[in-house]
Amino acid sequence: MMLALEIGWGTTLAIKTLVVLMIIPLGALILGYVFLLKMMSHMQSRLGPMDPGGFHGWFQLVGDGMKFIQKEDLMPDGADRRVFAGAPAVVLISTFLVFLVIPMGPDLVVKDLDVGVFYALAVSSLSVIGVLMAGWASANKYALLGALRAAGQLIAYELPLLLAVTGVVIQAGTMNLNGIVIAQQNQAIFGIDWIGNPYIFTQFIGFALFLVAAQAELTQTPFDMPVAESELVAGYMVEYTGFRFLFFFMGEFGTAFAFSAIAATLFLGGYAVPWVHGDAANWIGPIVLFGKLMFVAFLMFWARFTYPRLREDQLQAFAWKILIPIGLANLLLTGLFKVWVS
Amino acid sequence: MARMKLPGMIGGLGITLKTMLKPAVTVQYPHEKEEPVTRARGVIALKEENCTVCMLCARSCPDWCIYIEGHKEKRPPRREGGRDRTVSVLDRFDIDYALCMYCGICVEVCPFDALFWTPEFEYSEHSIARLLHDKVKLGEWMQTVPEPEPLEIGAEQGKKK
Repeated sequence: MMLALEIGWGTTLAIKTLVVLMIIPLGALILGYVFLLKMMSHMQSRLGPMDPGGFHGWFQLVGDGMKFIQKEDLMPDGADRRVFAGAPAVVLISTFLVFLVIPMGPDLVVKDLDVGVFYALAVSSLSVIGVLMAGWASANKYALLGALRAAGQLIAYELPLLLAVTGVVIQAGTMNLNGIVIAQQNQAIFGIDWIGNPYIFTQFIGFALFLVAAQAELTQTPFDMPVAESELVAGYMVEYTGFRFLFFFMGEFGTAFAFSAIAATLFLGGYAVPWVHGDAANWIGPIVLFGKLMFVAFLMFWARFTYPRLREDQLQAFAWKILIPIGLANLLLTGLFKVWVS
Repeated sequence: MARMKLPGMIGGLGITLKTMLKPAVTVQYPHEKEEPVTRARGVIALKEENCTVCMLCARSCPDWCIYIEGHKEKRPPRREGGRDRTVSVLDRFDIDYALCMYCGICVEVCPFDALFWTPEFEYSEHSIARLLHDKVKLGEWMQTVPEPEPLEIGAEQGKKK
């Protein structure tokens, strides 16, 4: 029922590829403009860019991107050239791959994997390899320190992220992201079923946990020690300029877009709105998902622009001593409720 | 420990949200003008008739950016039978704003109140040579000198325009 249209698999594949290739630059631009340039400015009582493009500086990031592309492709003398060049691509590809399983409508999904959540989290953590490659190949001690910090952080926060998601998986009974959305649309909260059961209500601990852990996975501000500019200059990105830096930048905001989409799908009901089924959901699904995604991204960036950076040891202690025990408790409670209800 | 920090963290979120919803303080400068405070140090104006070519300003200038030339002229005596007076006439008074560092020592040091600060600041030029303001231009700046703010009660009388 591909939107009730008859198109061949080749065309379908081309459309899907195009959409997924477009989604990272586009998502990075939207998040970068709306949140990094505009929301952060207003939170600091200033306006941000106002002139480029005529209307509230909407063209600023495109202009920045064009500037980055024009720059000289610099590489340090001691750099491991092939690894150095490949690292940004690895980071970006890991983000591209996440978008393959995110459903934008009942049929609008590139690949409806049965292990969707598992796949998304596995693939998103590939970016740590790119970060380590960048740090190692840069031949710079700051880059290496930043990369090792990033690796330690991403591994530490992968666990609370997984535990948060596992609660949802237990409740939905499936790992398929589309299945999780449908479960949220059809389940009931203690017998009240008129808006379905977006898991933000029953899994609010999981949601909070997911947001905090995603913040760390994205190395956003309370947890941005890998790029702590006062200690490590720019961490693993210190030797990157021009379009390679642009890749890292797009990867950062593209990953934020992806994580917001995953959070919106897992906790806010994804593309689904109450009482809309079938083809109509296909049409309004992307818009609904985008709206929910922007809400999640707002929460993430709100925290990012509010809090100062933690210390490295505080970061690790927070993950292992607070988040993971909470995650385990949440998992236990969810399991008990699931057994008790059924 | 975390229990104690939580209210403060939520309060922080509230502050950023509140600031976001309030209008920004930024003034969009080239599109809308900002009114500088009356005592802002924009440019220095010259009141030529007060100047006695004493050169104190030129000598005290740390950047040597003031150029003064003058000559003496005989004037008829004030009273019948008196001697002729000599007065100093200003031929040249230039301030090179490419050198000036806006320390204001010349304004401070002038014993005859010939130099004034004005808040005017829009006099940038495409050519560095045009930043040398002659005495005509410096005299034109006099129109932009604001009235001094009223003094506090009991304060010593200050400079007058």
